[in-house]
Amino acid sequence: MSITTNEEIHKFLEQAIAENEVMLFMKGTPDAPRCGFSMRTSGCLNALGVRYAAMDVLPDPRIREELSTISDWPTIPQLFVDGKLVGGCDIVTEMYETGELAELLGVPQPEDVEPEPPSVQPPTQAAPMPLENRLEN
Amino acid sequence: MPTTDELKERIEQALPGADVQVEDLSGGGDHFRAEVVSDRFQGLSRIEQHRLVYEVFGNEIGGPIHALSLKTSTPGGPT
Repeated sequence: MSITTNEEIHKFLEQAIAENEVMLFMKGTPDAPRCGFSMRTSGCLNALGVRYAAMDVLPDPRIREELSTISDWPTIPQLFVDGKLVGGCDIVTEMYETGELAELLGVPQPEDVEPEPPSVQPPTQAAPMPLENRLEN
Repeated sequence: MPTTDELKERIEQALPGADVQVEDLSGGGDHFRAEVVSDRFQGLSRIEQHRLVYEVFGNEIGGPIHALSLKTSTPGGPT
């Protein structure tokens, strides 16, 4: 049985942020969000049709604790683009509506700007899973 | 349980002169939405603006205040 330390989680999160151009930390997954705010945020990304990695923070409370020490941001979801925190649900939704999110991600702004409900399609890029797998070992 | 008046007062104390509207989205005192207009936000990114408000409540966010949805702007309009 392996024990995952806070340092290992911290390192893993930093790596996930560095390696994934668009990285979303959320409660649940894009196809099964466990919180309305996470659902809205992944819904914005789905509506823009961008590739993104998503990680569920719920399997271990330390994921959220360590993430907040990295981002200095108290709530979930958290969206990172190019290694930088863009914001949570409010900021992402606002930026989606104004077209700033599309611009940041280099995709065209959809004509219908209402955030769609999360797509049933899983994200095209596999979510980083090894941490959760390790936690379950 | 925090009330909308309490949240409004605490934000106003931290950001003197700010125009603050707080509503209780759930009616249960744990999901709030605040609209804050303050000249302190001038020149700050959205992230920095929201951090200023989140800092007022520290660890209470995610605790007693399960969620605080924010909309921030400056008196001259969104930055």
